[in-house]
Order: sequence, then C-alpha cells, then structure tokens
Amino acid sequence: MSERDRANLPPLALHVPEPRFRPGDEADFSDIAVPPAGATRRPDTADAASSFHELAYGLVRVLDDGGNAVGPWDPRLDADAKRRMLRSMALTRAFDERMFRAQRQGKTSFYMKSTGEEAVSIGAAMALAGDDMCFPSYRQQGILITRGYPIVTMMNQIYSNKADPLEGRQLPIMYSSKEYGFFSISGNLATQYPQAVGWAMASAAKGDTRISATWCGEGSTAEGDFHSALTFATVYKAPVIFNVVNNQWAISSFSGFAGAEATTFAARAIGYGIAGLRVDGNDALAVYAATEWAAERARTNQGPTLIEHFTYRAEGHSTSDDPTAYRSAGEPNAWPLGDPIRRLKEHLIKLGEWDEERHAAQDLELAELVKREQKEAEKNGILGHGMHQPFESMFEGVFETIPWHLKEQQQQMLDEQKAAGL
Amino acid sequence: MSDVTQMNMIQAINSAMDVMMARDPNVVVMGEDVGYFGGVFRATAGLQAKYGKTRAFDTPITEIGIMGVAIGMGAYGLRPVPEIQFADYIYPALDQLVSEAARLRYRSAADFTAPITIRSPYGGGIFGGQTHSQSPEGIFTHVSGMKTVIPSTPYDAKGLLIAAIEDNDPVLFLEPKRIYNGPFHGHYDRPAKTWADHPGAQVPEGHYRVELGKASVVRPGEAVTILCYGTMVHVVANTVEEMGVDAEIVDLRTLVPLDIETIEESVKKTGRCLIVHEATRTSGFGAELSAQVQERCFYHLEAPIERVTGFDTPYPHSLEWAYFPGPVRIGTALKKILKD
Repeated sequence: MSERDRANLPPLALHVPEPRFRPGDEADFSDIAVPPAGATRRPDTADAASSFHELAYGLVRVLDDGGNAVGPWDPRLDADAKRRMLRSMALTRAFDERMFRAQRQGKTSFYMKSTGEEAVSIGAAMALAGDDMCFPSYRQQGILITRGYPIVTMMNQIYSNKADPLEGRQLPIMYSSKEYGFFSISGNLATQYPQAVGWAMASAAKGDTRISATWCGEGSTAEGDFHSALTFATVYKAPVIFNVVNNQWAISSFSGFAGAEATTFAARAIGYGIAGLRVDGNDALAVYAATEWAAERARTNQGPTLIEHFTYRAEGHSTSDDPTAYRSAGEPNAWPLGDPIRRLKEHLIKLGEWDEERHAAQDLELAELVKREQKEAEKNGILGHGMHQPFESMFEGVFETIPWHLKEQQQQMLDEQKAAGL
Repeated sequence: MSDVTQMNMIQAINSAMDVMMARDPNVVVMGEDVGYFGGVFRATAGLQAKYGKTRAFDTPITEIGIMGVAIGMGAYGLRPVPEIQFADYIYPALDQLVSEAARLRYRSAADFTAPITIRSPYGGGIFGGQTHSQSPEGIFTHVSGMKTVIPSTPYDAKGLLIAAIEDNDPVLFLEPKRIYNGPFHGHYDRPAKTWADHPGAQVPEGHYRVELGKASVVRPGEAVTILCYGTMVHVVANTVEEMGVDAEIVDLRTLVPLDIETIEESVKKTGRCLIVHEATRTSGFGAELSAQVQERCFYHLEAPIERVTGFDTPYPHSLEWAYFPGPVRIGTALKKILKD
C-alpha cells in the first residue's frame, strides 16, 4: 500500500481492555450466555478431540435451576458421595473463614480464600483417583481437604509454626504433600503446568496407571509455561488434565487481559489439537463429570484434556487486596451461576437426601471443627510469636548436604546472634 | 577398573550418559534434536537406538517446557538429563530453573527434589556470534540451590557428568564446546589440536566419578596462582608455557560449591592471583573469586588480584578473536601481576 493510500485510513488505535463494571457501577451479567443444564452433548471418551470443538465454547452443566441433575453429563453419584462433596465444600469454606480471620488477627502473614470456587477443586479431587498427582495453583486447598489431609497440618503450615511440615520456609497456603499427591505450590504462576506434563510423561513412560492434573487461573494462561505445557502434552499425548480456573479476576486484572474478550480459555485447546471442555465451575457435579471424562481419556492413552471452569472469585485475591477498589461490589451477587454450595445443597434437598436443618447443623459442626483444629495448631505457635525453628535450620535443605559456604554463613549468623545476646 | 580408551570430550560425555542409562533405568535424556539424530554436537548419539524412545527423545523447541517437564519427571522419580542446545538458549528456562528446580527441596522441606542435570554447550571461539558463544555461568552461580560444573578434559567431563547425574540436586553442567574436539592453545590462527596426545583424553570405559566441588591443580608452580575453568584452562596452560612463567594453574571444575581450600592454599603459597574467564567481566564469577581470595589471603598477597575476562559487550562475530581473552590479554596481565 502506498503512503498516499495509507493517508486515507483512519489512524491506528490501541485497544486496552476495560472491564464492564468498576466500583460504583451496577453489575449486570445478563448477557453471559448460560445454556440450560443437560443441553450439552457428552462425546465418547474415545472420540477424537477434533470432533467436539463446540464443547470448548459451550458450558457443560448438570444442575438446573430447580435443583435437578440432568442430561448426559450427570455423573449419577449416590447420595452419600454427594453429601461428602457438600461437606468437603462446606469444610473448605469454614476453613477459609477461620484462616482469613486468623490473618486479620495478626496470627499469620497471608491467606487466600477459595470462596465461590470450592466446586472446582473438590469436584475434581473426588473424580480423580486418590493417588493421581495434583499440581495445583494456590486456590485448590479443597483438594487436600477432600483427600483427608489433616486440617491441623494445613494450619500449622499457615502459621509457619514448629509443627509446620515445610519448616517455616514457605508462604502460608503453599502446601506440599507427596503422600497426598499434592505437589509443592509455587508462588510463580503456571510453572506447575509443564511440571504436571513431565510427571504424566514419566508415568506413561513407566507403564503406570496414574495420571496427573494441574490448575492455573485464567490470568496465568498468558504465561509461556502454559503454552509450553500444552505443546508438550499434545506432542506426547501425556495423561494430564489441565484445569483453567476462570474466576474472572487476576488480582485486579479482569479476564480480558488474558484474552477473554476474543475467545474462551477452553478454546486454547483447539489450536493444540487437544480435547477442550468449558464447564460450569459452580456446578460440582459438572466439574466431577468433566474430570471423570478427562481422566478416562487420559487413562486410556487418549491424551490430555483442557477444562475451563467458568466461575467467579467471590472475594479478594488474597488478604492483601480490597476487591471493592477495582470492581463493582455487586458482582458476586449478580454472578449468574450462583453459589456452588447452595446449588448442591438444593439438589440434595430436592432428592430428599438433605434438609436445611441438617445443613445448618453441619455448618455449625464444621465451624466448631475448624475452631478446635485451630486451637490445636496454635499450641504449636503462630507466626512472629517466638522462635518455631532454630536459626541454623535456615541453611538446611538448600542442598542435600550443606556445602562449606553455607556452613560458613550459618556459623557467621550464629556468632552474630550470640554476640547480640539473642 | 574398566578398559581405558582415548576419547574426545563429546565421546566422554556420551559415554557418561550411556553408563548411567545402563546402570539406572530412571535416567532419561531429552532435548532439541537429542533423540534420533543424537544432538547437534552428537553428544547423545546412539542413546535412542540403545535405550529406546521413552528414555532418549526429541523435545519441542521450548526451553521452559524442557525444564518444567524435567522437574515433573524428577518429582515422579526419574533422573532427567535435559540438554539445552546452546547455553545462549537457556534464558527462557530461567524461571523453571531458578524458582522451581533450585528451590524445590528447600520450599517443600525435601518432600520433593529435583535430581536433574542440565547439560549445555557454552563459550565462544567457534564463530558462533552472539547467540552461540555466551558464557552465562555467573547468572547461575548466583542462584541458591543449584550447582554449576564445567569440565576441561574428556576424563573430567565423564567423571563429573556421572557425579552430577548421581547428585540429588539440580546441576548445571556447562560444556566448553570449543574444546569438544581438542584442547585449545588460544591461537585461532594456528592449526587446531586434537585430544590425541593429551593425558586427560585417556578415559575409562566404565563407571567412575570425579567428585563435585573439587578443583584440580593442573600445573604446580610458585610464581602466581591462576584460577580458571573450561576452555581457558588450556589457553592459560599454553600461554604460561610460551612465556616460561612458573604459574600454578588451578582448574576449578566446579564453581558451586567452590573448592575454596585448594584456592586458598595455592594463593597463600604464591602470593599472587590471576583469574581468567571468558564470560563478561562485570559481576562475572571472577568477581566472586576475587572477593573470596581477598577475604582469605589478603595478608599473603604481594600484588593486586587481576582479572582477565571477556568484555562487557555482546559476543561479536567478526571481532571474535579481539573479544576472546587469549594469550595476548593473559600475557599482559601476567607481566603486570609479576612486576607488581
């Protein structure tokens, strides 16, 4: 095009995404397309990923507005399993409430709640085998809770106290438990994605039957790690489940800064030739069904699946931000997919397998349970109140054995502490 | 003791992986062009044919992915030996290497570890331009939780690589590619030497270890201590011989953990210390060496510590030999330090 031709064009304009609602605005999500529960087809797990691209743009839903489980994705769990699911979600919420308050009381430095997103981790954890390996992000405490990891141990980690299995080295909530199939959480985003692929590749190379699953937020799908992981996974047909928790917000940046204005996150799968599903992340049965389906694909050498969990972060990113400073305070209540606990509760009530009284009693019991566990944990100390680990332990575990230069620095520190009368 | 064969450095590195893959079914090698083809420098030649595609395989061109996948494999229980085709390509993998592999043991209180050896050819002198010539070791020696190893002979390359693979912490194994095929005397305009008559090219065929963290005094001397590693060990040795200087040459072999005892002993004996590396000067590993020597040997020093390094410029192409710290720059520094 000649210079003169270009002169006839309007000037270029840079598009910088802007969320629709800011503080003071009334939130209105009525334009979000929510297909009816049960309307989405469920392909056979042996079908080629290229044969169901529309699932990456739809929304797998099982629970309808009347509390019924409907359609081909209904996992047909028995009432006991559904009650366990409900209890794990309620326990996670009670735990979050308690620990958030503990941070506000100055008992630890940091906390992150998963309020509104409990179904994402708990639905998945229930559908996976107990020894499948999870590479979570920082908001999947529901996995540990579902797998029966001791609540008091989680709290000990949050307090960095003397019973903290991570010896006070990690930021609160960055749990690690090989025994419970829960990989050490990193504060750097999406790094766990290629790691999960590596674990899955190793499992496949060894002829194992275990698979891996990993989680990241929609914001961190922008990281190179995400794309490297999807490339590796498709190349080697790795038995891995990628979960993108699209909770709409990455701290204060809305999902548009990760590309949500142009397409869905599940659609990322299509370019890589892997299976992509978009799921109602506030529907625990849909999350369960999608995970079960993806796990079956993985375990039968059909390769990876990417699941976008369409959900909403009902509270702040962490104890360090105030969400009302960047988004409309009305958003959580306006969210069209409701609350995951309330939805499963209503379903169980509809089935005649639960009632409001039992639910209220369970909430009370769980509040008491986390209070009791908290008291136990606090016997081991809280952050910043006293020495929970000896000074010299700071130098341990950098390497398998302590090299001379760390020993020298260790001695220097001990001498300084001694000279200072500490 | 197994039979001893003459090997160049590539063959020795290949032999180390071969020996380890035969001994330990959890050792896997991977990287760009590493599988069928056997690597652009042929370091993994024959391994796929011998051990199969699930233990020696090609990877997509993503260093983030290579490092991240290696960490996941390590968490599963494998002992991965990923190759980064050129050290210049390692930067995309920094987050996985620095924040993940190197920190995993610490942050999980040894619940998970990263028993990974990252092999990567580094250094210049091959007309590789700025993206095939860099010496980034100083970036990694600055990182807590990982080891950095650089061999200078085929014998050391094999023994150190075996020790690195057997190590339960992440090790960056940088291979001085200029001396893959022969020790470099430093004169780019003279015929290249092969490893044929070098004692360091006599390599046992079987398993042996060269302990990490141990330097080697490759030439004892009284006049000055020269600290160096990789290609520069040979350039220094040749320069010293040509000048007739009675220098003590210390080949560090492992930068972290450093063999401080050998360094300290040597400098206290000679009273002078010259540090030679090919990497850029500012914040290079030579700065750390200089500080260590000054802290430990100050009252034994008879002259200021000298550094001979690459310049703080990108690695140039046509002016490669003006950049490379060769005999002229080393000779000038030696004369200065011996006169002071």
